[in-house]
Amino acid sequence: MIKIECLHKKFGANQVLKGIDLEIKKGGIFAVLGPNGSGKTTLIKSILGMVIPNSGSIKIDESVVRNNWKYRSDINYLPQIANFPGNLKVKELINMIKDLRTRKKADDQYLIELFRLESYMDKKLSSLSGGTKQKVNLVLTFMFDSPLIILDEPTTGLDPISHIRLKELIKTEKTKGKTILITSHIMSFVEEIADEIVFLLEGEIYFKGSISQLKSKTEQPDFEHAIASILTTSDA
Amino acid sequence: MRSRWSYVYFLFYLLLGIVLLFLNNDLSKAVITLMNVIIILVPLIGTVFGVMYYYNSREFTELLLAQPLKRSSIFLGQYFGVAVSLSMSLVIGLGLPFIFYGIFNSSAIWDFSLLLISGAFLTFIFTALAFVIALANENKIKGFGYAILLWLFMAVIYDGLFLMSLIYFEDYPLDKFSLATTMLNPVDLSRVLILLKLDISALLGYTGAVFQKFFGTSLGLIISTSMLILWVVIPTGIIYRMAKRKDF
Repeated sequence: MIKIECLHKKFGANQVLKGIDLEIKKGGIFAVLGPNGSGKTTLIKSILGMVIPNSGSIKIDESVVRNNWKYRSDINYLPQIANFPGNLKVKELINMIKDLRTRKKADDQYLIELFRLESYMDKKLSSLSGGTKQKVNLVLTFMFDSPLIILDEPTTGLDPISHIRLKELIKTEKTKGKTILITSHIMSFVEEIADEIVFLLEGEIYFKGSISQLKSKTEQPDFEHAIASILTTSDA
Repeated sequence: MRSRWSYVYFLFYLLLGIVLLFLNNDLSKAVITLMNVIIILVPLIGTVFGVMYYYNSREFTELLLAQPLKRSSIFLGQYFGVAVSLSMSLVIGLGLPFIFYGIFNSSAIWDFSLLLISGAFLTFIFTALAFVIALANENKIKGFGYAILLWLFMAVIYDGLFLMSLIYFEDYPLDKFSLATTMLNPVDLSRVLILLKLDISALLGYTGAVFQKFFGTSLGLIISTSMLILWVVIPTGIIYRMAKRKDF
């Protein structure tokens, strides 16, 4: 599905990604973990072509990402911070994104009901709270039927009930055979849904495998402690 | 945001056109006054709007970048959106009062259309330069600063430097030098073009006086028009290249 080879990226003097080699197979939920500033978002943005890597290659279904844009019609992306043009209404924004991806059938009505957004449809985006913006963001991400879904911190600002609905939504997407890439700092969330995790540390892949493999590698009984032990040993 | 301000801009020109016509009662005089306004104001508005629009729509741009759209079409689309709407405000805002005044039956029609055309060119040029500056600077304040500096330089300082250099090198033949210097500044170039078309040498500064011969010919007109086109094409090309490489 996704094949990344020897990916390097520098922002000025700051070397963010130092040679990432990663292969993600079709189907299943993959969590990209790592401390703040370890390059998770940069990695995701490189896959989307928003960040242009210094070297290395990224292929999605055998098509090279660089200087290509058509492949993005098969990706749904949830950005980390929901920044929308404030002067648009929720409805207008949703319709506009639908217009941009006319080839796809959009299933927005179901999602709007799922996240109880009906009463916000005529409100301006600038007047929405952070959590509501995130829900709009989720609607925009999930309304198209694409084989690859990338979620950057999907749980930010969500209330518990929306959190549960989001988890269910992710699980149903998985049963449809989709590949889902998630970054998150909420370990219980990752532990519950992820099939496989990729742990980034200072721009390199520190660990890739299932959660049980990680537990046995670090000799820790639970997931949260396993992650914490990686962080403390790497600091020492 | 963009649409509201372009209406204000449109109304401003509409008002300006009407007021000038009532005060002057003479078409060619109104055209001259307009020229002075356009030469200074159009580049300023183009730079400020260009920079402002880019920074304001950043979030939106990021949203679009994750969609299956070509990068160059996102940025060039934004650029042409701003530049076209600004030029439309200028052309329609000034055109309407002059049409009602009866510009079509007047001999000033060519001067007037040249004025509008160079105004539109200046809008495109300075909006493109503003986009280049905004793309190069993440920091809004810096971007705004550079954009205003660019305008100040092109519209005011350049002329001063030019004059000083003319005085300083008085003893040398300066025709070619001054020709080239004028060509290199779109503001000067449009001013000279309009002035020569208006045929009012009394108003010509030293900048213009050198070129009456050159620009009077059709060759001069072709060269200067192609210079203006180059001034649009080169920054647009830079936008295209920068947009392709930028990280978000």
